[in-house]
Amino acid sequence: MLTILFDGVAYGMLLFILASGLAVTLGLMNFVNLAHGAFAMAGGYVTVVLMQRYDVPFVATLPFAFLVPAAIGAVLERTIYRPMYAKSHLDQVLFSIGLVFMVVAAVDYVMGSQQQLIRLPAWLQGRFDIAGIGIGRYRSFVIAICIVLTIALQYVLVRTRFGSRLRAAVDDQQVARGLGVNVGVIFSLTFAVGSGLAGLGGALGVEMLGLDPTFPLKFMIYFLIVVTVGGRSSLIGPFTAALLIGIVDVAGKYYVPQLGAFLIYALMVAVLFLRPQGLFAVAR
Amino acid sequence: MTMALDTPRPALTDLVGKTLSRRRRWKLGEVVFWGLTAAAPFMLPRGMLLLNEVAILALFALSLDLILGFAGIVSLGHAAFLGAGAYAAGLFALHVNADPLTGLVVAVLAAALLGFLTSFLVLRGTDLTRLMVTLGVALLLFELANSFSTITGGADGLQGISMGPLLGLFPFDLQGRTAYLYSLSVLFVLFLAARRMMASPFGLSLRAIRDNPLRASATGVAINGRIVMVYTIAAAYAGAAGALMAQTTQFVSLDVLEFHRSADLMLVVIIGGAGWLYGGIIGAILFKVLQDAISLATPQYWQFWIGLLLVVFVLGGREILHDLLARSRAALAKRISRRAP
Repeated sequence: MLTILFDGVAYGMLLFILASGLAVTLGLMNFVNLAHGAFAMAGGYVTVVLMQRYDVPFVATLPFAFLVPAAIGAVLERTIYRPMYAKSHLDQVLFSIGLVFMVVAAVDYVMGSQQQLIRLPAWLQGRFDIAGIGIGRYRSFVIAICIVLTIALQYVLVRTRFGSRLRAAVDDQQVARGLGVNVGVIFSLTFAVGSGLAGLGGALGVEMLGLDPTFPLKFMIYFLIVVTVGGRSSLIGPFTAALLIGIVDVAGKYYVPQLGAFLIYALMVAVLFLRPQGLFAVAR
Repeated sequence: MTMALDTPRPALTDLVGKTLSRRRRWKLGEVVFWGLTAAAPFMLPRGMLLLNEVAILALFALSLDLILGFAGIVSLGHAAFLGAGAYAAGLFALHVNADPLTGLVVAVLAAALLGFLTSFLVLRGTDLTRLMVTLGVALLLFELANSFSTITGGADGLQGISMGPLLGLFPFDLQGRTAYLYSLSVLFVLFLAARRMMASPFGLSLRAIRDNPLRASATGVAINGRIVMVYTIAAAYAGAAGALMAQTTQFVSLDVLEFHRSADLMLVVIIGGAGWLYGGIIGAILFKVLQDAISLATPQYWQFWIGLLLVVFVLGGREILHDLLARSRAALAKRISRRAP
């Protein structure tokens, strides 16, 4: 029972890190980016390739799993994403679905369609018992990283100058620009960091979520749920939503496996029906 | 004074009536287009199966156009209704009656019911909420169909459907001739209905909602009622497309509920242009021809090219394409007017 809860928390934390970039671009910048999962997949493949072909230890691959997707994100933001900001939601959806289709087919072509497996270092394998509760080492490792990242994110967003500039740019671009905030650079940086975090999440998730070319499509809905259900005004909402989804999903798959992902989707439709702005948002 | 408020001025009613009846009038191009579709079996006797797919996709696209192009509702889960119609028709043919037309009616009713029930979910919220909710409904249905594999056949699909002859007279043949003419007839009848509906005050009120919901409600349009109505109708159309698919291929699998169906459909409607009914049909023709050509070249990776098309399209290709269309239409009109001075 408590083990399931623990697994659910780990899963939820991971979802939050994966979706946190989306929480900013979609939630705050109001840009519908269905291709967010592609950056997560990029991170996952960076780790897999580094470990399998170059024998880099797992933990050492994680910085690269952050940096490579972040760089890709920055380049794409500068080139093809920027003209999309001003377009309609429908266009953004079509554009990002197109990207997803391309990435899925391209990765399939380059890496093959099979599931990628990695060997975790020995000190992350297995589980230990605390008061009779089995706790996976790897899952505690993931939770620890995610907690640190979450606190750091919240700190940056709320306490630093960059954070206040970002919030200003999101709330009202024109006024922010008038006050001398370089909105373009802020958005690029945010997009890059969001993509990098997704990549890091993807790398951490290879072991827990699996990794194959259809990853962006399979998990797209989860990321979107985290952001839309959590509400789009802060990071607290998505964080809570991610935990909720993680726990419900893990528990649901354990207790009523025949329902599959049914529970999650039903939960999402119900929440969005009752509170279209999300669970924690105040209607504007 | 109260009279003037209660009933619209006669001049205005007159003007609206004239505008609407002008829209209702058939243009030469339309007659030629439908004539060509009816003549297709004689021109392309080998392409019947592909043409049948085109007709079904066109009907499905017409359905999305009704809600996206006219009422402005973005949907990422339109496959839900296609699937509902397909499974309803398939199950009906398997367990109750193999008559195609009865099955079609049953499927349409089933999809319309689902559309009616889920329409209340899209009343509230922004584009994003609607995207998520429609997507969620489609995913729910997919999971349901997957879980109740004793009824739906799960991943193996519904097998062993055999349809009776159409109207008791025309059996379905291997070349797909009956299938195509059947699908085309259904498409044509439903298209006529949609054309009439969209050139009516109801259609006008939908456009008003799409362009500015606040202003529409201020002029007395009952937004919620209209959306429920058009969503239900669109679902019925998609259900008809699903039924045609199930009946003419005599097979239904989970594939009808897959996400890529809904996503491809968006592309189909957008290629042809949303909001003028022919967009979906033209888009369906282009999409199927393209899909056929690409999947011949790279069967495994054709999605890459579809994706590239979407990206290029949104990044600026659409303006170019529509510009090209408008220019060729103008050139055609010029040539015709020169010939008949």
